[in-house]
Amino acid sequence: MSLVHEIDYGTPASLSEKMVTLTIDGSEVTVPEGTSLMRAAMEAGIQVPKLCATDMVDAFGSCRLCLIEIEGRNGTPASCTTPAMEGLVVHTQTKRLKDIRKGVMELYISDHPLDCLTCAANGDCELQDMAGAVGLRDVRYGYEGDNHVFAKNEGVSNDRWMPKDESNPYFTYDPAKCIVCSRCVRACEEVQGTFALTIEGRGFSSRVSPGMHEHFLDSECVSCGACVQACPTATLTEKSVIQIGQPEHSKVTTCAYCGVGCSFKAEMRGEEVVRMVPYKDGKANRGHSCVKGRFAYGYSTHKDRILNPMVREKITDPWREVSWEEAYKHVANEFRRIQYQYGRNSVGGITSSRCTNEETFLVQKLIRAGFGNNNVDTCARVCHSPTGYGLKTTFGTSAGTQDFDSVEHTDVVMVIGANPTDGHPVFASRLKKRLRKGAKLIVVDPRRIDLVRSPHISAAQHLQLRPGTNVAVVTSLAHVIVTEGLFDEKFIRERCDWEEFQDWASFVSSPEHSPEAIEELTGVNPQTLREAARLFATGGNGAIYYGLGVTEHSQGSTTVMAIANLAMATGNIGRKGVGVNPLRGQNNVQGSCDMGSFPHELPGYRHVSDESTRDIFDKLWGVKIQDEPGLRIPNMLDAAVDGTFKGIYIQGEDILQSDPDTKHVAAGLEAMECVVVHDLFLNETANYAHVFLPGSTFLEKDGTFTNAERRINRVRKVMSPLNGYADWEVTQNLAKAMGLNWNYTHPSQVMDEIALTTPSFAGVTYDLLEKEGSVQWPCNEKAPLGTPIMHINGFARGKGKFIRTEYVATDERTGPRFPLLLTTGRILSQYNVGAQTRRTDNVMWHEEDRLEIHAHDAENRGIRDGDWVKINSRSGETTLRALITDRVSPGVVYTTFHHPTTQANVITTDFSDWATNCPEYKVTAVQVGASNGPSDWQVQYDEQARQSRRIKVLDAAE
Amino acid sequence: MDSESHKSTATKLVYMANQIATFFHSQPKDEAAAAVADHINHFWEPRMRQQFFDILEQQNNGLDALVVEAAKQIRKPGPVPV
Repeated sequence: MSLVHEIDYGTPASLSEKMVTLTIDGSEVTVPEGTSLMRAAMEAGIQVPKLCATDMVDAFGSCRLCLIEIEGRNGTPASCTTPAMEGLVVHTQTKRLKDIRKGVMELYISDHPLDCLTCAANGDCELQDMAGAVGLRDVRYGYEGDNHVFAKNEGVSNDRWMPKDESNPYFTYDPAKCIVCSRCVRACEEVQGTFALTIEGRGFSSRVSPGMHEHFLDSECVSCGACVQACPTATLTEKSVIQIGQPEHSKVTTCAYCGVGCSFKAEMRGEEVVRMVPYKDGKANRGHSCVKGRFAYGYSTHKDRILNPMVREKITDPWREVSWEEAYKHVANEFRRIQYQYGRNSVGGITSSRCTNEETFLVQKLIRAGFGNNNVDTCARVCHSPTGYGLKTTFGTSAGTQDFDSVEHTDVVMVIGANPTDGHPVFASRLKKRLRKGAKLIVVDPRRIDLVRSPHISAAQHLQLRPGTNVAVVTSLAHVIVTEGLFDEKFIRERCDWEEFQDWASFVSSPEHSPEAIEELTGVNPQTLREAARLFATGGNGAIYYGLGVTEHSQGSTTVMAIANLAMATGNIGRKGVGVNPLRGQNNVQGSCDMGSFPHELPGYRHVSDESTRDIFDKLWGVKIQDEPGLRIPNMLDAAVDGTFKGIYIQGEDILQSDPDTKHVAAGLEAMECVVVHDLFLNETANYAHVFLPGSTFLEKDGTFTNAERRINRVRKVMSPLNGYADWEVTQNLAKAMGLNWNYTHPSQVMDEIALTTPSFAGVTYDLLEKEGSVQWPCNEKAPLGTPIMHINGFARGKGKFIRTEYVATDERTGPRFPLLLTTGRILSQYNVGAQTRRTDNVMWHEEDRLEIHAHDAENRGIRDGDWVKINSRSGETTLRALITDRVSPGVVYTTFHHPTTQANVITTDFSDWATNCPEYKVTAVQVGASNGPSDWQVQYDEQARQSRRIKVLDAAE
Repeated sequence: MDSESHKSTATKLVYMANQIATFFHSQPKDEAAAAVADHINHFWEPRMRQQFFDILEQQNNGLDALVVEAAKQIRKPGPVPV
């Protein structure tokens, strides 16, 4: 094993199609026009010395080390800023160049500490490498005099010296080692797009400064790590590298946080992770990362991880540690007993969107073939199930239409009900990059998310609608496009059903859908809405990105269809730069849906009533799959309360915290006789479990994740599972205990079974993934290397289907008792219910959930910033601290649900999407008032959770 | 149950069926009933459909007229395989 080495070409690739040929050091090289001489040289295998250049950012030309000579031209231009041209003859190593470079290096080193042996960058320092490359043997200037290196000069304190900034939990800034190459500043601007860093001062006084000479933690820095990655010295260094030392081997793997699915190199020493470095060849992230994927992996070795299986008779008993064999036997016996007593359909399971495709496939296989029913569901139920329904109905497949690269070709971006800078940060950086280059932005969101206005980004329009009125707004956008004749008739006639279009067009054209007519309902200024519609229809390539603010509503599926209508009507489907792009929440929520995790669908989105599909699995598995749909999560809980559903196997999902109406979830779980939780930690759901099976992290297993762009990425094992087994092994052992004859020895064999049974995965093998890095499904005979963009020459279903989208107000209404609307969201540093990120230093950015409330509403209630407030709805009440802001409009309050103590879902109701039962998280009528502290429920819950987490200590004699 | 949102499964099923009907009310009339039935056949587990038929037999069951019309095309659940 060795480190995965990546070539740094010095400057970004040119996208030009015109090629030029030149000669560098006697070798001919052909490159796209616009390529720098530095990059052209590297392509020819010649490494020109450099310090301020790196291929993640544009050329800067400041270090004066990469100079070259060109025949027929005067001087010694910098190779990073000089473009390659036809016929140039370039020399990278001449007497003159050697002298200049040595002189430049000598100056650099004269103001740099010589503690190389004890320096954290030892072995990974570009300054050291360059000193070696130019043959620096002596520094004639000495180290006395003005410098940034020593705290004291001849006993007197040195004003130029600055102490290390260790405020960020994950990296340090040591100004003494800085060579002011600006790579960090440019990475922050160009790659991340936060503009948190700058160079303060001039000349010899120039220093890298977070914000206005602040500490990193206090500045706008979002801790994405781009600066650390860009730094050529030990100035910005991961604390883990300082602690552990340089890594000795690495493997490329996929992040287990959000649905962007970033590729990382897990850099290791033995089985210890030294650091996670974003991988440049990762097609989702292109070498970028966020604070979660880059740094927040410490949960994998957190002391809270449960490593031994546990069983208890009653949920009020303390846990008893048992052997794996005993745990499997117990579960098998219990499930068989329950099925014997209450019927075959009285048990079920939930697959995990955090586990691999292979693991998810096996869990649904266990349920369909082992339990003999279709009672399988997954967390997509509570996030993107409306996407599945809506896009399947309109386009014919239930997945995003583009790859992330597509955004580079977009002219108008519409972001609806998504907050990419917090929820999908790496995609947000790519989006912001495109926006800074001139693409226009329309934001449809009740809250002023960061994208609306952030450095060098300003939304052309922000439609700040009332929560719950998405359908009215999107249909009204269509109204403007149709009535003003801005639709793409040619596209519609070619690709869609023209009659259905006409029916839809007459529907949206009716005056009640005009922006003026809906203003009172939605709170959106009609003129702003009209301008947004015109911009989207006429601004060039239009792409829609949306999130849970679209799906988690009573009309979630209707909004998805309204979005699809909009894309079809404007001809924005089937090429680069356009499309309908659901931003998926969890790392493998796309994959878990693909793998047949829904109770009505077998892998590949084929309904269980389809005999020919059942037949494939029946034959292979030797069973008879039921032809009726199974229960969805909320239906399982209802059935549990009714007494007909008694046992559940939950892999990697915390329904008690993440699902709405906590009290109902608790009542459902409490009514079951065998709840099996398979997880890393004793999560909230485990408070109601009878069996706990320890889970493994993404670092401890092989497999694949499928991200929001349908990209199947490899997950590679870099350490042995602390609990002894990867999750797929646990599921397999459980299946064996239940009498199934499974003998997988590697997840690749599971993928082979997926490919064999599922047409859209027919071409996927681990060998192909090894060769290609990743592929996007469909990947089969027609598309052997996968499908970056869907519906290119026509829709998957044949003709695109326009659907009327009538706005129906949710029944969750405000009134005198509950006058405010609560909507929920995410924050950058925390992930989902926080089980992972709360167990890392990310808590430094977000220790608790806060209630955002407008000053007007706060004043009416006598609430000051930071006060404890009580928030209640028809479902329940909880308390948290207020944050007064103008991000939300009067009448709207907002919170996150990353912390279990907040219990935000005690508040949310059981209203759900009409088509999919996806809960209406985004609209709850509430009242807010002053409070003295935790609610009775919170106190009770806390006590119950504490009791429930007791683990019986075995006597030494046993 | 101690608060307003905790409804019985029957109440929820009526609510869900009516929600589906509400959507299809806005769709072309000739397909609406078939579409409601199709939706329920596709996504409702047999015991939910069984409960639905039990509700259907009750007076003043609160079901939308379109749901009642669709009921003819909703599949009666068969016995659960042992």
